[in-house]
Amino acid sequence: MITEHTAHEPDPNPQPLSGTGDDSLPGSEPIKIETRGLTFHYGHQQVLFENNLDVGANRVTAIIGPSGCGKSTHLRVYNRIFELYRNQRVEGKVLLDGRDIFHPEVDLLELRRKVGMIFQTPTPFSLSVFENVAYGLKLHYRMGRGEMAERVEGALHRAALWDEVKDKLNHSGTALSGGQQQRLCIARALAVQPEVILMDEPTSAIDPVATAKIEELIHTLKKDYTLVVVTHNMQQAARISDYTAFFYEGRIVEFGLTKKIFTRPDRKQTEDYITGRFG
Amino acid sequence: MGSYRGVQDRTFAGLATLSAGTVILLVVGIFVALLAGSGPSIREFGARFLFAQEWNPVSQQFGALSSIYGTLLSTGIAMVIAVPLSLIIALFLVELAHPAVSRVVGGAIELLAAIPSIIYGMWGLFVLAPVMARYVQPFIGKWAGDLPLFTGPPIGIGMLTAGIILALMILPFITSVTRDVFNMVPDVVKESAYGLGATTWEVTRQVTVRHGIMGIVGACFLGLGRAIGETMAVTFVIGNTHRISPSLFAAGNSIASTLANEFTEAAENLYLSSLIELGLVLFLITFLIQLAARIWLQRTRRKLGVTR
Repeated sequence: MITEHTAHEPDPNPQPLSGTGDDSLPGSEPIKIETRGLTFHYGHQQVLFENNLDVGANRVTAIIGPSGCGKSTHLRVYNRIFELYRNQRVEGKVLLDGRDIFHPEVDLLELRRKVGMIFQTPTPFSLSVFENVAYGLKLHYRMGRGEMAERVEGALHRAALWDEVKDKLNHSGTALSGGQQQRLCIARALAVQPEVILMDEPTSAIDPVATAKIEELIHTLKKDYTLVVVTHNMQQAARISDYTAFFYEGRIVEFGLTKKIFTRPDRKQTEDYITGRFG
Repeated sequence: MGSYRGVQDRTFAGLATLSAGTVILLVVGIFVALLAGSGPSIREFGARFLFAQEWNPVSQQFGALSSIYGTLLSTGIAMVIAVPLSLIIALFLVELAHPAVSRVVGGAIELLAAIPSIIYGMWGLFVLAPVMARYVQPFIGKWAGDLPLFTGPPIGIGMLTAGIILALMILPFITSVTRDVFNMVPDVVKESAYGLGATTWEVTRQVTVRHGIMGIVGACFLGLGRAIGETMAVTFVIGNTHRISPSLFAAGNSIASTLANEFTEAAENLYLSSLIELGLVLFLITFLIQLAARIWLQRTRRKLGVTR
């Protein structure tokens, strides 16, 4: 069984929200990402409708909702990865530390360094464990072998993988187990010193034991990073997150303290979803 | 009922084994036939056959060196031109081109692959060779004429022209297989490289190509296999002389072109046997290349830890 996470050292408990139906955080919470009026189209099909969402710094924000509700799409705006595809269009504002990520002067590569992403399936490259973690480092920094090795080791430590792979750094990353591969991907993302980590259903392809490890990892990571986790698993959202946003048909139905969303949601729809009446 | 269905299974298994056995039988059969046919020539010349340049039906002296040289050289030229070009085209189609453009160009490439080789030969002789003679060879001669590679009169036909025709013929094969390989690299793998802040070029070079390296090498060997035995088109433009010349402009021959040209003239036993031995040499070269490819692929697979 996975133990319920309790309050964390550096910050007191997340602040409750003052009102209802309000997507912003309470005044005392520092905001890392501010989303305003976010609208998204795939071709002619609109999938997100003027959504507002605040992501608290050093918090875990969970995004839940049934399949096709737009939760992954929302996540994929934050590092502008959707721009790889034609016919995907976004309107509205996303402010990272108060600065618009769509401003023409924003360095896209630097944005993606700051905002790392973990995917549904582990995606190690056909490289050694070491080279996988060093991959992003080499893209962004010039450094000697010694420093590189240090940084790789540091990232693997932070991803709670070091002890398992320290003797096989030269083995292929694709030869690790599924759970290890996913933590390798997390190490790879951590190595470039991001500020935000986006996770798109990070445990959906992984067995329960490995899932527990990753959930634990998420818990320790929020000391240094801001995390946004899309999950279809409501128990997982309840376990790992401080705040939860419930998406339904492209709209944020409810956003608030996870504790509150899962015990006494304000909206009927939210309640129906978390009690398993649909979705 | 049960026993009837058991017989069904056994019959099918037997038929399948037999069909698969036919393949082995064919390979062995062709090899044995070539070996037997080469008998007189092997007895007469021994290993000298492989290293002698002289090919003289009048004096009954037959050496395969110029044919082997021409086969390897024209194929080499073709690979040097076709492989990089194919990779670039495939990457363009998969990573950069608008889907509509990709469809049109992709279709054109499939069409190129379907053109019979005799047409390539005719086109090579009537269109490419004059262009080579009038423009390309004088141009190269002007800038690099001091190199022994590019000396001699610009006559249009010769090794270089044969290599270019071969390159054009294998280009569609390599391109279309490589394109499929690139298409099979999962989006999410590319996305995770983009997500780390990699540029398109970095993702392509370090992730897409790496991920597909097996398939790419496979595609190259497919092209190589086709180029090495290609007959009609090469016969049209290679010049058909039994001579080894350092210049790419000079006429030469290949194993396949020699066979195509001379089988009808081979009246004497030794002449015919020598031609068959040439065929045997081609068979062995192809076999060795396939073997090398397999060994290389296996080693790479182990090194990358690829389980596919």
